[in-house]
Amino acid sequence: MKHVKTLVPATLKRSAQNGGCGECQTSCQSACKTSCTVANQKCENTRIRKQPSENQQFSIGN
Amino acid sequence: MIHTFSGLGGHFVLDAESGAVHQLDELGLALLTRVGPEGPMTDVCPPAILAALSRVWPPEEIAEGWDELRQLRDRGELFTPAEAYRAPEAGRLKALCLHVAHDCDLRCGYCFAGTGHYGGARGLMPFETARAAIDLLAARSGGRRNLEVDFFGGEPLLALDTVKQTVAYARAHETEWGKRFRFTLTTNGLALDADNIAWLDAEMDNLVLSLDGRPNVNDAVRKTPTGAGSYEKILPGLLAAARAREASGKDYYVRGTFTARNPDFVDDLLHLAELGFRHLSMEPVVLPEGHPLALREEHVPTVLAAYDRLLAIMRERGDFSFFHFNIDLDGGPCVYKRLRGCGAGFEYAAVSPEGEVYPCHQFVGKAGFRLGDVWGGSWDDALSGRFAALTVETKPDCAVCWAKYFCSGGCAAAAVNLNGRMDKPYGLGCALQRKRLECALVLKLRD
Ligand code: SF4
Repeated sequence: MKHVKTLVPATLKRSAQNGGCGECQTSCQSACKTSCTVANQKCENTRIRKQPSENQQFSIGN
Repeated sequence: MIHTFSGLGGHFVLDAESGAVHQLDELGLALLTRVGPEGPMTDVCPPAILAALSRVWPPEEIAEGWDELRQLRDRGELFTPAEAYRAPEAGRLKALCLHVAHDCDLRCGYCFAGTGHYGGARGLMPFETARAAIDLLAARSGGRRNLEVDFFGGEPLLALDTVKQTVAYARAHETEWGKRFRFTLTTNGLALDADNIAWLDAEMDNLVLSLDGRPNVNDAVRKTPTGAGSYEKILPGLLAAARAREASGKDYYVRGTFTARNPDFVDDLLHLAELGFRHLSMEPVVLPEGHPLALREEHVPTVLAAYDRLLAIMRERGDFSFFHFNIDLDGGPCVYKRLRGCGAGFEYAAVSPEGEVYPCHQFVGKAGFRLGDVWGGSWDDALSGRFAALTVETKPDCAVCWAKYFCSGGCAAAAVNLNGRMDKPYGLGCALQRKRLECALVLKLRD
């Protein structure tokens, strides 16, 4: 493509398939305590998210 | 919904619903600007847009650009329709903020703890209360394995004995309970010494150190009880603590607050970097309207310009990180986490020195927001449910905001304190949040 270059694919949709394990850090704990930002946090489960078949042990809201 | 933005000489578009980000040339930007944030994007370029842009680009090139954008739409990476994500079931705790000290050895002018005591009596949390809080967290956390405990105040080092006993108690039960605790402590640094720095380094997964920047800026607000500036007194301890963290490779942040006195806070951040601190955060103060230090609408342009200036500086030098410009575009949180942010009131809660539980540290002591206590008393499931029901889809302002899956809906305490209701985010905070996100994206994407 000449006019557009994709830098990040549709990651949110992908995360919807395998996410929701509830193990990631609560955001206000990190550094701010007043202005919450979630997007800079790590997924605790990235390795597993990238291999969906291993993710079955986690249930939504666990 | 899409959002176009520019920075460091590049143009970008974020597709809010899918999370995709694309770089655009001038033509791509001009096309999307004319289509507008909500679309719709038709299969062929509408004659009006073609006519308007033909003054600058040949028609075949415009058609080519349009077709590339259409392909992104067809791939689900542009103008993706909103999806009704179902928020996971809530009700299991994950993190507690223990207010081990409602007392402080400083008297800072903007402290939401009301100079350390949260409007109530000054007091320290006895270990028995902290132990009951750990028991409560373990019991109410269900199958969650990673639990977080934050020692906060006031000044938590005033209750270091309680902190130490609490850590030992939790660690001693990790295996039995099948849990892993992560500890954080936030300190003003006044009581730091070689012994407690070593202990904190061994036991705290993260250490948050408070310092506002240049000596005159810090000392105008962060004062000792006699009214003297704190900078000279706290700096040696903060430096020693940060050096210890650097050496052990453990997380820390030096966290400043900017106010109406320094809305152009970049020089303060740079001062922290010159001192050798590497992980920095600078937070906009949140205070009621009318407070002399409160940020007002008139400060917003200055603050936005400060974020731009910081972005340009950070592009050139890589010797420090800024908390709000860190963004993980690949391994970041899943969309379920992004629906409702910090988890206050249903997975995150704060405990007063007396053992009363509130939705977060900023709600402690606030009438109408008591969740329960650590002694097994009744639990306000309805209040907890009200917090859990707040998602970026249920808050009208957030539902139509491009930043929703990065911001996750803002701070409920700020919404209540400034707008009087939980479902209406604090607008000034939103303006700053959106700017920080643009900067974070640009910094990441121009790497
Ligand atoms: S809190 Fe403000 S910035 Fe965040 S998603 Fe809601 S409207 Fe957007």
